Amino acid sequence: MASVALREQLNQLLTSMFAEGLLDQQFQQLQMLQDSGSPGFVAEVITLFCEDSERILTELTKVLEQTIVDYQKLDAYVHQLKGSSSSVGAQNVKLACVQFRQFCEETNKEGCIQALNVVKHEYYHLRNKFEKMLQLEQRIQAYDSKQQN
Amino acid sequence: MLRDFVGLQYSHFPLFQSFKKTQFHVLAVDDSLPDRKLIERLLKTSSYQVTTVDSGSKALEFLGLQVDKVNKLPISPDQQDIEVNLIITDYCMPGMTGYDLLKKIKGSSYLKDIPVVIMSSENVPSRINRCLEEGAEEFFLKPVQLSDVNKLKPHILKWKSKKHYQHKQLLQSNSLITSSSNNSSSNKRRAADCGVLPDRTRLRLNRCLTTLRIKERQI
Repeated sequence: MASVALREQLNQLLTSMFAEGLLDQQFQQLQMLQDSGSPGFVAEVITLFCEDSERILTELTKVLEQTIVDYQKLDAYVHQLKGSSSSVGAQNVKLACVQFRQFCEETNKEGCIQALNVVKHEYYHLRNKFEKMLQLEQRIQAYDSKQQN
Repeated sequence: MLRDFVGLQYSHFPLFQSFKKTQFHVLAVDDSLPDRKLIERLLKTSSYQVTTVDSGSKALEFLGLQVDKVNKLPISPDQQDIEVNLIITDYCMPGMTGYDLLKKIKGSSYLKDIPVVIMSSENVPSRINRCLEEGAEEFFLKPVQLSDVNKLKPHILKWKSKKHYQHKQLLQSNSLITSSSNNSSSNKRRAADCGVLPDRTRLRLNRCLTTLRIKERQI
């Protein structure tokens, strides 16, 4: 059964994401909130999170490119990203943001630049896995609806 | 169907209409899009009707629509009642913070009876105390859980029954005044059924609503 194999792949992917610390139990909360009434909920939240994160990362890059860094603005953006990553269970991204805020508080430009790189690295790593996850889900759904017809 | 002293169906009063409703309406305020999606799902899962806005000013705008309807008389029985039973707002928002929004709501004689809950990703005791002192019912730490949302119903019911009690008191005190003048009520009743109130009845209704508002302010 192709569907079983796909489901197995998806489960393995999710298990590894939890094990790696990419996701925490907040993501499980999201999964529990998805039901027949809102089947696309997790996919929707993930997509919104990714769009929002990329917007914030762009802004963070801009702020750090200035000769005089506005640390308040920087901190406000990091706070936003920390909040949304916490809400979706993106653990490593959230932790990287916590580190970043430390450097903002210390107005340490070098530290902030490094911290931004870490956040970007963690975010794109997570996004990559999210994409695989959504692709597998779509294939499973497509297979299931074909079976029903 | 109960008929009160002005020959009007109970259902014409917005308060009683909403008291009969089984679904409560929550207004959620958060500038973060993923967070808005999450709080919306949490609330809908708990059977609330949900409106989400991304700022305090938009929240006040939305609530302002409700105030206009309170001022005007219910002319048509089909008129939509946008009633908000609870407001849940993020604390950290650009421009108007959740705390600013809370103050504005509690400072408004029309809105102060709507329970407000604050959400925040940061556990700052002084912040929490400030909000509770200003009249917030609860303070939730983000990410908000289903178990948090389960705590909302008692607050909604508490405020609703308070309003209901005030309104009942008002009706009872008014029925003593107007029961003597209850002649040729059949014509009035017919007009009320069609949704158009005769002028004298409208004036009496206006006085009721004004007295209710005064009583609310006194509390």
